[in-house]
Amino acid sequence: MIIEALFFSAVLFTIGVVGVLTRRNAIIIFMCVELMLNAVNLSFIALSRLYGLTGQVFVIFVMTVAAAEAAVGLAIIISIFRHHESVDLKNINLLKG
Amino acid sequence: MLQPHLGTAAGAHPLAGTIADWVWLLPILPLLGFVINGLLSLVPAYHAGPADPSASHAGHDGAHDAHAISHAENAGATGDDHHATARHRFAGLVSIVGPLVLLAAFVLAVMIFLAMPGDMPAPFVKTVLAWMPVGPDLPLHWAFQLDQLSMIMVLVITGVGTLIHIFSIGYMRDDPGYPRYFAYLNLFVAFMLVLVLGASYPVLFVGWEGVGLCSYLLIGFWFNDKANADAGKKAFIVNRIGDFGFLIAMFLLWSNLGTLDFTGVAAAAGGGALPAGGALVTTICLFFFLGCTGKSAQIPLYVWLPDAMAGPTPVSALIHAATMVTAGVYLIARSSFLFSLSPVACLTVAVVGAITAFFAATIGLKQWDIKKVLAYSTVSQLGYMFIGVGVGAYVAGMFHLVTHAFFKALLFLGSGSVIYAMHAAYHHTHSHEDAQDMRNMGGLRTFLPVTFILMWIATLAIAGIPFFAGFFSKDEILGAVFERAGGSTLADASWLGIPGRGVLYAVWVLGLAGALLTAIYMTRMMLYTFHGPNRTGEKEREHLHEAPWTMTGPLVVLGVLSALGGALNLPAFLHLPVGWTGGLDRWLHPVVGEAALRITHGVAPEVAPGTEWTLVGLAVAIAVAGIVYAVVRLDPARLVPKREAAPETGVARVLENKYYVDEAYDDVVVTPTVELSRNLLWKGIDVGLIDGLFVNGSAWVARGFAAVGSWLQTGQVGTYAWAIVIGVLVVLGAITFR
Repeated sequence: MIIEALFFSAVLFTIGVVGVLTRRNAIIIFMCVELMLNAVNLSFIALSRLYGLTGQVFVIFVMTVAAAEAAVGLAIIISIFRHHESVDLKNINLLKG
Repeated sequence: MLQPHLGTAAGAHPLAGTIADWVWLLPILPLLGFVINGLLSLVPAYHAGPADPSASHAGHDGAHDAHAISHAENAGATGDDHHATARHRFAGLVSIVGPLVLLAAFVLAVMIFLAMPGDMPAPFVKTVLAWMPVGPDLPLHWAFQLDQLSMIMVLVITGVGTLIHIFSIGYMRDDPGYPRYFAYLNLFVAFMLVLVLGASYPVLFVGWEGVGLCSYLLIGFWFNDKANADAGKKAFIVNRIGDFGFLIAMFLLWSNLGTLDFTGVAAAAGGGALPAGGALVTTICLFFFLGCTGKSAQIPLYVWLPDAMAGPTPVSALIHAATMVTAGVYLIARSSFLFSLSPVACLTVAVVGAITAFFAATIGLKQWDIKKVLAYSTVSQLGYMFIGVGVGAYVAGMFHLVTHAFFKALLFLGSGSVIYAMHAAYHHTHSHEDAQDMRNMGGLRTFLPVTFILMWIATLAIAGIPFFAGFFSKDEILGAVFERAGGSTLADASWLGIPGRGVLYAVWVLGLAGALLTAIYMTRMMLYTFHGPNRTGEKEREHLHEAPWTMTGPLVVLGVLSALGGALNLPAFLHLPVGWTGGLDRWLHPVVGEAALRITHGVAPEVAPGTEWTLVGLAVAIAVAGIVYAVVRLDPARLVPKREAAPETGVARVLENKYYVDEAYDDVVVTPTVELSRNLLWKGIDVGLIDGLFVNGSAWVARGFAAVGSWLQTGQVGTYAWAIVIGVLVVLGAITFR
């Protein structure tokens, strides 16, 4: 049971990573990040069977942070869209100093 | 006040609680004079004149002392009165302070001398201040050591020093740098006293370096003339080579014995810490001797001393004849407990001394500058002192040091008196002739009768005519060499594969030959200067006159000392009714007696009276022969003034050019060093390595990193995400597959 759950978690995480690396649309990248977070949540839940409830508590934390992050992240994306009329990250290199 | 409790309780020493407790005041007194005169020298002279005092002497490079006597031409440039001088406004005060501190030091020295018992067995060490105590192993203190050896040196330095200070009043009074001159001179005496009073090698070294500094400052006293400044630098740099040897010797002593105090080293050396004849003690002694060759102008480092004549003549008398240059002789006598352990080092000292004595005397034969003759004579006489201390006749070496201080100071001051008169005469007529060239002198005995008589006394003394001071001391040295060749550790040793006995006989022969040359060149100097017709010039002749009493007074005192100085240590076989027979021998016995006996197999050297008489007879015959030869062969009447003189040829030319040693040193040492410095150190290491590789190189590396970094910083989130993922994979891989 744990093996399967961890395998599934790994698959989800990999999909998320590949999505982040390959896609250029900010919304989709954002969704892929959420996918990675939830893959991690899944492995927390699975491993809590072996190591106690601490993992489940962490899942609550992760979901809370993810919710806050979603709010901030979407707000940033919206403001980027207002500025550039696009959310294609190819066109955005504001991180360059 | 100056006496923290630093241990070394003198305890029951006979000098404790006497005037000797004030020994620290000896160097402080001249130091005080230095401070006062130094402050006064900051006040500019009345007639500042043009910025370059030698401007009016342009194109006139022969007479180094041209600016010595008066700078009247500077002042005269602004008016008709060419007797106007650039005398310093505090010249009167300086004339009092400068000699007075020396006189006070001399009086103190005499009082200490009178308090000192003749048979004082152990030195009196007075620790004054902690200097730089480096843990319990290296307690470096300002400690002064009074014993019979340092007492003699102190008396000579302060006594002769006082006379030369008084002479300087007359000689230097009209120089605008008068207070500066006395400040340097006082500082020199202070350092010289530290040198001879220091109770350990480091303190001695402070004095050693200090006198070197003052020598440099005084040689280049008229530094506006580049030749003088160069001469000062030459002296300083050549001495650095010797000081390097001194330092190495100190390091070796410290690392092997763990002490640098004279008493400590003497105890350790006597206790067998340094095996007699071993490589270690020989190395230490040879490095010390390297220091001596620099400071005391012996081959191969003698070249600075003739150039040092660029300084004022009283400086030549005090520093470069009577005191500083004898520091090397003092050092070897002081380190007799080391040198007596190493026959090889002793023989080296004696051989170098003998070769120098002969070699310098040959150069002295053909010099025309009166001060250059005396300079080479000094080098030669220092060679004799080194022969003495080299063969373990420490008393004879020190005896010659003392008598030489008398007669060579007299000769230099006498030449100063001559130059003073010559310069004044040429000055009156605005002539630019060389005031120091003997070809321009001649017949001065009628104009300078006092100087004439006194300089003849000194000449007879240095030539070794019986009953003058030099006769006894030089004869004692040569006699000692002969005795040591008869039987001593030196005679049994071998030096560079040559039996020591043969080396000693060679030294003796060289010494005798040098004595012959000494008599010749000194007589030559006297003949050309004082005898024959006058070559100064018609108009100039009227202005030749004797110097003031401040200058002739010290000459008279030194003349008496030169004549009678031999009475300090008369040889026993003469049975003279006056004077002290073996006086210096007895006085110095507690300091150097043990070392001297070690060299002579523990027995006092004894030579049959017949042999003694033969040796003395030989020495006298040689001295008389030299004088007679010079009088017969040299005719001052045939001499022409410098400007009409034909160039020398053959051997004479080689001698006049000092065997081209300076040129050889230039080609072999100076030029390669300069070229090496320019091409390797400057253009190679400084410009290439330091500036190129290190300074600009580090800038290039930083710029390279920046280029890579800016290339990586695309601003694209995707690129960064790739970097993060690859990094995570690498870390995970490293953890998994380690």
